[in-house]
Amino acid sequence: MFRKLHEPGPGALTITIDGVSVSAEPGESIAAVLLRQAEPWSRLTPVTQSKRAPYCMMGVCFDCLAEVDGVASVQTCLKPVCDGMRVVRQTGKRRIGALIA
Amino acid sequence: MQKKSSLTADIVVIGAGTVGAAIAYGLAGRNVHVLVLDGGDDDFRAANANFGLVWVQGKGMDMPAYQQLTRDSVDLWPDFSAELTDTTAIDLQYERNGGLSICLGEAEFEQQRAMLLRLHNQLGSAEPDWEMLDRGALTKLLPKALPGPDVTGASFGRRDGHANPLRLLAALHAGILRKGGQFRGGSIVHSVQTDGRGGFTIDFGTGRASAARVVIAAGLGSKALAAQVGLDIPIRPQRGQILVTERLEPFLPLPMSGLRQTREGTVMIGATHEEAGFDTSTTSGAAAALSATAIRCIPALSEATLVRQWAALRILTPDGYPIYAQSQSHPGAFATMCHSGVTLAAAHAALLADAIAAGRLPPSLDVFHQRRFDVPKAA
Amino acid sequence: MAAALAARRHGLQVIVIDDQPAPGGQIWRSVEMAARRDNILGPAYVEGRAVAEAFRASGVIYQPGAQLWQVELGFRAFVSRDRQAQVIEAEAVILATGAQERPVPFPGWTLPGVLTVGAAQILLKNAGQIPTGPVWIAGSGPLPLLYTVQLLRAGGQVAGYLDTTPAGQWRAALPHLPGALRAWGDLVKGLGWTATLRTSKTPVIRGVIEIEALGKERIEALRYRTKDGAMATVEAKTLLVHEGVVPSLHAALSLDCTVAWHPAQDCYAPVVDRWGESSQVNLFIAGDGAGIAGAKAAQLRGELAALRVAVKLGRTSENAAALAARPIRRKLGRELAGRPFLDALFKPRPQIFAPTDETIVCRCEEITAGEIRAVAKIGQPGSNQIKAATRAGMGPCQGRQCGYTVTRILGAAQNRPPSEVGFFHIRPPLKPVTLGELASLDQSVTAAPKSEPQDRGVTVGQGQAE
Repeated sequence: MFRKLHEPGPGALTITIDGVSVSAEPGESIAAVLLRQAEPWSRLTPVTQSKRAPYCMMGVCFDCLAEVDGVASVQTCLKPVCDGMRVVRQTGKRRIGALIA
Repeated sequence: MQKKSSLTADIVVIGAGTVGAAIAYGLAGRNVHVLVLDGGDDDFRAANANFGLVWVQGKGMDMPAYQQLTRDSVDLWPDFSAELTDTTAIDLQYERNGGLSICLGEAEFEQQRAMLLRLHNQLGSAEPDWEMLDRGALTKLLPKALPGPDVTGASFGRRDGHANPLRLLAALHAGILRKGGQFRGGSIVHSVQTDGRGGFTIDFGTGRASAARVVIAAGLGSKALAAQVGLDIPIRPQRGQILVTERLEPFLPLPMSGLRQTREGTVMIGATHEEAGFDTSTTSGAAAALSATAIRCIPALSEATLVRQWAALRILTPDGYPIYAQSQSHPGAFATMCHSGVTLAAAHAALLADAIAAGRLPPSLDVFHQRRFDVPKAA
Repeated sequence: MAAALAARRHGLQVIVIDDQPAPGGQIWRSVEMAARRDNILGPAYVEGRAVAEAFRASGVIYQPGAQLWQVELGFRAFVSRDRQAQVIEAEAVILATGAQERPVPFPGWTLPGVLTVGAAQILLKNAGQIPTGPVWIAGSGPLPLLYTVQLLRAGGQVAGYLDTTPAGQWRAALPHLPGALRAWGDLVKGLGWTATLRTSKTPVIRGVIEIEALGKERIEALRYRTKDGAMATVEAKTLLVHEGVVPSLHAALSLDCTVAWHPAQDCYAPVVDRWGESSQVNLFIAGDGAGIAGAKAAQLRGELAALRVAVKLGRTSENAAALAARPIRRKLGRELAGRPFLDALFKPRPQIFAPTDETIVCRCEEITAGEIRAVAKIGQPGSNQIKAATRAGMGPCQGRQCGYTVTRILGAAQNRPPSEVGFFHIRPPLKPVTLGELASLDQSVTAAPKSEPQDRGVTVGQGQAE
C-alpha cells in the first residue's frame, strides 16, 4: 500500500508484527510500518470484525489501534518504533487477565 | 411564522424519560390515546445515565411497601421485556441470573448480612431470596474475574438482573408509537391549567394540548409543573457519575451493584452520590475513586481503559423512595417520580398505567404520596 | 510552539503537553528528523526546523507522547504518559490542539487503503513513504493540491485527481479576491500548485459529487459520479480524501467553552476574544483550534495568547503588551484577509453532509446513516439523544469522526440549521486512560495527588502547538 522513498539504512531497527520481523527506521510511527506490509490492517472492529487500517495518522480516528509490547489499544500512529518492539494486531475485544486471588 | 399546534389526547404524559415512557407505553397498550411531550436535547435526562440494574436486594429499608413494589416489578420484568421486544424488535439485553453486592473487608460483610436480614424481616415474606457468599463461593461464581484481596464475599440476590437502559428507553419510545401513541420531542411544557371542562390545557411553547388527564413525569422539572396542579413535590437533585470502559472479552457473568459488564463487552462502573446542585460536570476525583474501588473488587480491571465518563442528576425525594401522587385540587393530574426507573419500569407500565387509565391511584399506592413528607406549612 | 516561546520570553514557567512524539504538530510533523525530504516538502515545512530548535532550547518543560485526558478549571491538567498518570497545576492554559480533517463519510470509507490526504502527507513527513502504485486523490482545498505536488516531486504517481469542489464556486469566491490579494504570496503558491498539476498530465475530473470505495478487506476499486452524470469505476489500491479542515474542539468543549457556528466554514469554533481568551477565564485557545486560519495565523495567535497570559500573570504591563501586539495584529490581519476567499472557493459540497443510508457514519461503533435517520424520526432528538439511542459517538474517538455528520443528518431530518442542532456533549476522558492510572490519583488511597511543582505556570495544550 505504501513504500519508503529510501531504505532505512544502517540505523535500521527491527520490530515484529504478529511475530514476523520487519525493518523500520528510527523515528517513524508503527502505523507507517504497518502500512508497508502486505496486510496493512491493524485491528478488527469489535462489532463486525471488519479490518481497519490507519486512516488519519494523527490520533483522531482510533482505527490504528494495536497491541504494542503487551499494552493493548495503542494508537500506533502516535508511537515511534523501538528496536525489538512487539506489535500484535487486535482481533476484537480485549481480554484482561485474571489475577490469582 | 409557524402556526401553533393544537393537539388532543385522552392523557398527556409530560416527560419521556424512563418513568414517563413506561407509563405512556402502558397506557398506549390499554387503548388510551396518549400524547407524550418530551423536552430538549440539553435537558437533564436522568434516563440517559442509568446504570441498568433491575434490582431488588438491599432496597426498601423501613418502607416495606417499596420493597414489595420492587419485587413485583422485577417479577413482571421478564414478560415486560419480552413484550417490548415483540412489539419493537429491540432486544433489551435483559438478563436475570441473580446479582451480587461485593463486600470489602470483614465488617462490611457482617453489615451487609445484618442489613439484608433486617429488610427480610420487615417484609415478612417466607423464603429469603438472597444469601451471603463467602470469598470461596464468590470466586467459584466468577472464574474469569478473580476478586481482589480485600473482597470478603458478597450478597447474592436471586431476583436481581440487569438490562440495557438505553435500549429500554428506545424500545419504550418505539413501543409508544407502535401502539398508537403520539410523541413530540423538543416540547418543554410551560404550563398545565384546567380547561374548565374537567380536563387540562398543556402549553408547550410551539403549541398546546388538551387532555382529560395529565401525568407529570418530568424528572427534576416536575416540581414547577406539579405546583401548577396543587401538588407540592419535595424533590432535589443528586449527582451520580458513571464510568464505562472499552469493550472487553466477557469475564463478568453476573452484575454487581457497582460494576457490570454489558452485552457489548464494556464494563460500567458506578456510581457516586454527590450533593452538587444542578451541576452535571464530571470530576477527576470521581473517576479516581470509582476506578480505585473497581480495582479493589477486580484487580485485573486496572489494565482496562476508560472510554467515557458521564454525570447525571438523580431525582431524590426526602426518603429516596418514589412519589406517586394524584392531585386533590386538580382531579385528573398525577405526578410520578423515582430514581429507580429501570427496575420499576415494568410496574410503571402495568400497575401505574392501569391506575392512571382508571383515573385514580389505588389505596395500595397511597403510601407513596408525598404527603408522607408533610411538615406543617408555615403560615 | 509560538505561544510557548513567547511565554518563555516573559519569564513564565511553561509546560507543553503534546500527544505527538516530537514537536511540530501536523504542519511540521517530524520536522526535526533528517533533512532528506526537504526538497519534496518545500520551504514552508523546512522553516519549522528552526522553530523546533528554538523551542527545545527555550527552557520549556516539554512532554511529548503525553495524552491529556481532562482539564479542570483553576487549572489542573490530567495527563497520561508512559502509562503513568500525572496532575499538572497551572494558572493559565493555552489550548493549541489545532485542527483535524473534516470527516467525509461515503460508502467504503472505512476500508483499509482509504486514508485522508493529511495522513498521506504525515506518512511522507514522518516515514518518507508514498503510495506504492498510482493513487487516487479525491477532495477539495489547498491541501490535496499541495500533497499532489509533493507526491509528484517525490516520484509518486497519481492515477487521478477527483476535484469535489462544486463547479462554479470560484464565482462565489471572486468578491473576496481583493482580501486574498493581501496574502498574495499564498495565492501565488496555490496557482503554482495548480499549474504543476496541469503540466503533470494527471487526469483531473472536476465537479465530482459522489465517491464510493469498493472492496472486501481493502479498497480495490473506486466509483465516482460527477454533477453532469458521468460515472466511472476505476481500479484503486489507495484512495486519499480531503474536504477541508475543522478545529479540534474536544478539549474546549469538555471545558464548556462557548462555541459558535461559522457558516462560512461549516463548522463550530470557540468564541474567543482578540487575545484568544475563551469564555473560561485564563483559558486561551490559539491556532487553528480557535478557527481555521492557517499555519502563519496560528503562530501569530499563539504569540498574542502568550502576551495576554503574561499580562494576567503580572509579567508585563497592559501597555507593553498592546505595543508588542500591534505588529502581530497587522500580520494577522493580512493572514485572515485571505480566509474568506479560500472559504468561499472551497466550501464543502452538500453531499458529504447527507451520506446514503448504508454509509457508516460512526466508524467506531459502525452505525450507519440509515440507523440514525430512523431514530431522528421519533420525537425531535438532539445529538445526545441520538448518541444514547444508537451508540453513535460512544466509541474511543468520542464523536471526532461522526459528530458533525450526526448534527447534519438531524438538521436535515428536522429542518433545523446545524447551529440550532448543536453537537455531542463532550466529557472527559479526551483520550482513553487506564483505570489503574485513574486509581493512582485517588486521594483516599494515596497521601497526596501526584503533581508537578506548584509554581505559577502556563500549560500549553497538546497537539499542534504552533
